[in-house]
Amino acid sequence: MGNLIEVSHLKKYFSTPKGMNHAVDDVSFSIAEGKTMGVVGESGCGKSTLGRTLIHLLEPTEGKIMMDGEDITFVNRQKMHEIRRKAQIIFQDPYSSLNPRMTVEATIQEPMRLSNQFNKQLLKEETDNIMEIVGIDSRMRKAYPHELDGGRRQRVGIARALAMHPKFIVCDEPVSALDVSIQAQILNLLQDLQKKQNLTYMFVTHDMSVVRHISDDICVMYLGQLVESSPVKELFQVQLHPYTKALLSAIPSTDIDNQPQRIKLKGELTSPINPKPGCRFASRCPYVCARCEQPQVLEEVLPNHFVSCCRAKELGGFEA
Amino acid sequence: MSDVEMSKVPNGIGVAETSEQKGKKRGSSTWSRFVRNKLSLIGFIILVIMVLVAILAPVLATYDYQAIDPINANQFPSAAHWFGTDNYGRDIWSRMVYGARYSLAIGISSQALALCIGIILGAIAGYLGGTVDNVILRCCDIFQSIPATLLAIVISQALGSGFFQTTLALSVSGIAIAVRMLRATMLTVRNQEFVEAARAIDCSSARIMFRHILPNSLSPMIITTSLGIGHMIMSSAGLSYLGLGIQEPAAEWGAMLALGKGYMRYYPFQVIIPGIAIALIVLAFNLIGDGLRDALDPKLKS
Repeated sequence: MGNLIEVSHLKKYFSTPKGMNHAVDDVSFSIAEGKTMGVVGESGCGKSTLGRTLIHLLEPTEGKIMMDGEDITFVNRQKMHEIRRKAQIIFQDPYSSLNPRMTVEATIQEPMRLSNQFNKQLLKEETDNIMEIVGIDSRMRKAYPHELDGGRRQRVGIARALAMHPKFIVCDEPVSALDVSIQAQILNLLQDLQKKQNLTYMFVTHDMSVVRHISDDICVMYLGQLVESSPVKELFQVQLHPYTKALLSAIPSTDIDNQPQRIKLKGELTSPINPKPGCRFASRCPYVCARCEQPQVLEEVLPNHFVSCCRAKELGGFEA
Repeated sequence: MSDVEMSKVPNGIGVAETSEQKGKKRGSSTWSRFVRNKLSLIGFIILVIMVLVAILAPVLATYDYQAIDPINANQFPSAAHWFGTDNYGRDIWSRMVYGARYSLAIGISSQALALCIGIILGAIAGYLGGTVDNVILRCCDIFQSIPATLLAIVISQALGSGFFQTTLALSVSGIAIAVRMLRATMLTVRNQEFVEAARAIDCSSARIMFRHILPNSLSPMIITTSLGIGHMIMSSAGLSYLGLGIQEPAAEWGAMLALGKGYMRYYPFQVIIPGIAIALIVLAFNLIGDGLRDALDPKLKS
């Protein structure tokens, strides 16, 4: 299967009074059709910005985004309508992502109404259909968001994203605001939908167990840069970047006799505003050396396993 | 009644308690919360009575409110003249009844005008931001740096007396407040995710503005409006009292107060009656405003 999304050297900078904020800096990856790419990293590392830039809620500064073989990096108005239909987003907070003055029905129907492709009858059928798919009872049609619980609201958000049958959905931490029991329901729903409609997801999260459950591939971001990417199973076995190691060692274990050795990071996050050219993790990295001041390149160290660290091979024991 | 009972029922279905209690169907619950507040209910009743009086003025008036009758001048309240007569022998009850029309009309129309202009400017400022926002806000600063009453006096002096002139003069001071209010709410609403979601589903800017941002920015405005009407009524009475607003022989409460003040020592009712009426109607709007503030409490809103 081909790649639905291909991103190369994507940059998104924000200008701030103090200088340029390199929120997403030279990120390249691809997502195969029907697969899920998990994007993990700590708060403020640019995960959400990356997702929003991909679907043009934010305009990219530089780089290239290909969707379905088409270059969609910089687009005109006409093209934008097409992208909006093909690419959708599910938000983190189901409390603020729904207009409190619109009923469930109105929220779900809005994208369809905007497309002018539906008459009344079709609109109703399609709404019923989508509500059933995402598991919202049809008696909730006229309910307002404040009458629903978090899980149901998130289902409405998913229904809205699905309304125009997109191919690609950015899930921006869709479960982190929900109770654990509901998290599972929503994750399963997303997986079912993926199977049935051959959807492609980019799944942004900071919850490692969620990403392990849902993703095929995984990208680890640190301060706007991609530090490591690999198939999800492999990453949980072999971590090449020191940051990924620290990140995975922070997952709490339920096995009391076999507690993992936590790698505690010292030092502070460097500022994403006008950063120095070298490795951004250098200030906190236990293996820092002189070469870390040089710009790092993303290398394929193992098959399909990319890392951007000059000492990865040496530390991983792949090279003398 | 049924509304009140409804909201007492704990969560019917397995829906999260907090979001459920955040007030049922908005219309009915806001109303029932409003009515449950005794003071706001009193304010509402006073207002309803005032409105009825204004509408039914020709029926309720016992005399022609402009008819001068020198023989019966300065009569104390009696069966023939319920509120007595003024210095020209005009029946005060009839004048009060007609005066309600002026007070309500001026209060509501000047606040409405202020609100319309304020919403348009505030929406532009809040949505566009940047230079436009700055220009509009600095203009507001200029208007707000002049005391409202002084501003109204100066404008009505320039425009002359009369209903429309007074309305205009009063509304100018209200615009800046409305602009700031709306702009501030819009800024918070604009950053919520549902606005971004609207962009993601290909809403036009105009639709995002009018369908998503504006409706969610209006509830604080309702409260300001109610308090504002009371304020406008008081200001208009003040202007009339100073001889600038609506003038004799029109029956305006402020003007009646001004006329009565010359005879206050001998015929205090000529001052007390319009004074109480002004106080009552302003109180009514303030109580309603307070009641609405509680009923529409932003903490109860999702």
